[in-house]
Amino acid sequence: MSASPPSLLAGVGLKMAHVSALLARGAGTFLGGAGFVEVHAENHMVEGGPMLRQLERVREQGPLSIHGVGLSIGGEGPLDADHLDRLDRLLRRFEPRWFSEHLAWSSHGGRWFNDLLPLPYDPATLNRVCDHIDQVQERLRRPLLLENPSTYLGYAGSTMDEAGFLAAIVRRTGCGLLLDVNNAYVSGVNHGRDPWALIDTLIGAVPAGTVGEIHLAGFAEDRDAAGDRLLIDHHGAAVDAAVWSLYERTIARLGPVPTLIERDNHLPAFAVLEAEAQRALDLQRAASGRRTGCPVPA
Amino acid sequence: MRPAPPTAHAFSAALLDASLPPPAGLQAWNGSDPALRFAVYRNNVVHSLVAVLADTFPVVQQLVGGEFFGAMAQLYVVHHPPTSPLMHRYGAGLPAWIADFEPATALPYLSDVARLEWARLCAFHAADAEPIALPAIAALIQAPERLTRAALVLHPSLAVVRSAHPIVSLWAAHQLGDAERDARLPAVAMDRAEAALVFRDAADDALVIELPDADAALAAAIATGAPLGAAQAAHPQADLVRVLSLLLQHGLVAGLAEPSCAPETAA
Repeated sequence: MSASPPSLLAGVGLKMAHVSALLARGAGTFLGGAGFVEVHAENHMVEGGPMLRQLERVREQGPLSIHGVGLSIGGEGPLDADHLDRLDRLLRRFEPRWFSEHLAWSSHGGRWFNDLLPLPYDPATLNRVCDHIDQVQERLRRPLLLENPSTYLGYAGSTMDEAGFLAAIVRRTGCGLLLDVNNAYVSGVNHGRDPWALIDTLIGAVPAGTVGEIHLAGFAEDRDAAGDRLLIDHHGAAVDAAVWSLYERTIARLGPVPTLIERDNHLPAFAVLEAEAQRALDLQRAASGRRTGCPVPA
Repeated sequence: MRPAPPTAHAFSAALLDASLPPPAGLQAWNGSDPALRFAVYRNNVVHSLVAVLADTFPVVQQLVGGEFFGAMAQLYVVHHPPTSPLMHRYGAGLPAWIADFEPATALPYLSDVARLEWARLCAFHAADAEPIALPAIAALIQAPERLTRAALVLHPSLAVVRSAHPIVSLWAAHQLGDAERDARLPAVAMDRAEAALVFRDAADDALVIELPDADAALAAAIATGAPLGAAQAAHPQADLVRVLSLLLQHGLVAGLAEPSCAPETAA
């Protein structure tokens, strides 16, 4: 009889500089067997060479998540069919446990902006985003986890709030959610709203099990023209204390959810990120014990 | 009635053109000027793309300094933004653009150093191919009339970069530590033309191997699929044996294409 898979999972967004540190550990030993790894899809859309070979070896270490940044799901124009084809090839080759993308737009008129740009929350945008997600899920033949964004601006024309917009997408397309707790915090502060209200409302409005993955990351702090806090989602710092406590509330409500530490800039040693992932694992274990009243075995 | 949201066209135009105001229809919760918040997106776009170019062209950056590179790359970014979400394909046009970039004319080698760095990036991500088995090559070398008519299929990572400037010496000096580099650079003969083979080796390093210009021209002809005899005839100064040895030594011959019958006649 094979062992049942560990119910608690935490992971690290893997950067090229950390691949050898991870591979040096031996299969199944990352975070005591509870570790998973996430990579950006576009970094591996190459003809050959080490990016693909390394990913073959990385996926032997534990579950793999492939996180896309290139689909521009909120784009005004049609989806990029070539990019969908590339995603299809990559996903069929590596068969990740999770595939995720963003509620944002990144390209227009054949130009790619390399950033996750904000969307107005109105019925026309909702229709377009849902159409695009339907196309993605049909073409890739797997569910998409959609990530809530960090935003710095609002649209005067928005008629829905972010939680309502995301919940409507989930209801209409059947997609899952990648709940980025840092993004919820950043957007909450940037729009003068209670960050917990977004998470609480969203969780309450979607079926149980919709949140397939959680992201945690660090932000930078600035001020807007009125002197109010303006947080920048730069993935270049440790997870903030305020985000950890929002995370604790989230998993107290949801139960354990596979949780990933994202770090794209100012990379520390792999062990530093592993320690943050271990903390996420410990908090899930504690939350799970409180929910069931039973201690969860390590 | 609520104002209509700005179009993606208006939003994206203002992202790339800092002289434009942010599009109408944006707001901040506290009523503050949205321009400062829009600038966060503008900075993300420009700085992340400049960072992509800095990663791909590190020696160009060292040759001109970080400040000059940042200003040059920013101009390139706003005039030639990416057309694909694959960032390892961004910057293909930078070497040619640098050649026409007025403020860099004092460094006539800069564009060719950029070509060399672009070739290394392409080599790193190129398709894999197994080197041809040695017996196949040995049999070919023992039959000169076959050798003359044969064309080689070279490894997909291979590129030939030829320059009127000492691009290999300059590039190599910048692979050293600061002190060694500063000692090496004054010794580089700036009137020297240099050429290189660029390819990915078995250890996944993107190598730069210097070779004489005539040999490089021959290697380039072979890479385009010219039969070896014709390639040699077109480049009489080149040493075919030396070029073949180099290609074989680095596992860069991935296949043979021999005509199945006597030289083709017009159909």
